[in-house]
Amino acid sequence: MINLIEVFIESVLSRNIALIFILGMCPLIAISTNVKNAKGMGLAVIFVVFLTAVINYPIYLLLEATGTERLSILVFIITIATTVQFLEIFIEKVSPRMYNNFGLFLPLITVNCVVLAVSQFFVNRSYNFAETATFSLGAGIGWALAIILIAAIREKMENHSTVPRGLAGRGIVFIIMGILSLAFIGFTGLSFF
Amino acid sequence: MRKFWIKIQYTKWFNITKDGLFKENPIVVAVLGICSALAVTNRVENAIAMGLAVTFVVTASSLVVSMVRKVIPARVRMITYMVIISAFVIMVQMFLEAYFPVIAAALGAYLGLIVTNCIVMGRAEAFAVKNPMKYTFFDGIANSLGYTWILIAVAIIREALAFGTILNFRVMPETWVNWTVMALAPGGFFVLGLIIWGVREWAQNFEVAAE
Repeated sequence: MINLIEVFIESVLSRNIALIFILGMCPLIAISTNVKNAKGMGLAVIFVVFLTAVINYPIYLLLEATGTERLSILVFIITIATTVQFLEIFIEKVSPRMYNNFGLFLPLITVNCVVLAVSQFFVNRSYNFAETATFSLGAGIGWALAIILIAAIREKMENHSTVPRGLAGRGIVFIIMGILSLAFIGFTGLSFF
Repeated sequence: MRKFWIKIQYTKWFNITKDGLFKENPIVVAVLGICSALAVTNRVENAIAMGLAVTFVVTASSLVVSMVRKVIPARVRMITYMVIISAFVIMVQMFLEAYFPVIAAALGAYLGLIVTNCIVMGRAEAFAVKNPMKYTFFDGIANSLGYTWILIAVAIIREALAFGTILNFRVMPETWVNWTVMALAPGGFFVLGLIIWGVREWAQNFEVAAE
């Protein structure tokens, strides 16, 4: 249990998937222009990352049993695309209001590297099922945290600062992310027990 | 010679190449494919390997997409691209693991993540589905070289500052104190941010119009 809590804290803070492992940058930069969209995207990512990791874990065991783990990327990406498609249809039918809030972001998630990366990391780090579930939840929350932080900073910057014109727009996001990333490195070695 | 040069400047080939390398550089102008551009650039050799891997995947997958563009129904095109791209990525992965195990280990999961590199998907969707194979080939090469040269530029700065070396040759004086932060994630963010600033200032290509 303690191990699981450590995996969780680590994946949210000190090994944040967006700011330390630098993954999922394309949507992070494109959608962080306002907090509302960032929240929608963050929620969608948490949901999809958790779901696909939990689905991919037994599939990987199956691949391993048949000696075809080389094909894991191909199989994972198909699982991810299918899950996202199903989720989109499901949410549209069950709750149109929720669909309006973050349904738009779902198709974009297929090409978000975070989703595939989480599925690859549990393979590389040889996690068991409980660890995989915890890690994927933590990674999703960490990514959502990063995008909401960045969006909030960008919103404030709009009104209160003059950015050099060469950096304006997407350039300044890199500087923001650099500083945030320095801050998150500060969490390294954090322990509660 | 001069006439030939002027003539060449008006061909489609030349413009595709120029756009890919400078005017529409995937990293600096379109800001795509950043994940790997930052994550693997703490050593120049990793950057070169990543660049070549992406070059191969982009070129080969765009060619195949262009080849089958008339038979894929629009509804399932995304997933078709995904399958084509991941087949090539698995090839690259197996090749590097067999012949360059050290580099494959350094690139780690990022090698597999070429599948979701937005440049690959972007070129398939924006160019390969609409153009015949001969132009697609040039477009793939130009874009991925545009990606590679930025990767190498970032890696040279980061390796020189973080380890005092370039491709393991010592370039900084012996008294140089390594900037460890440059080898970590923040270094990548800052260097790429500054490079984007520099290139935009030089090309006078800004996102917001000057008031």
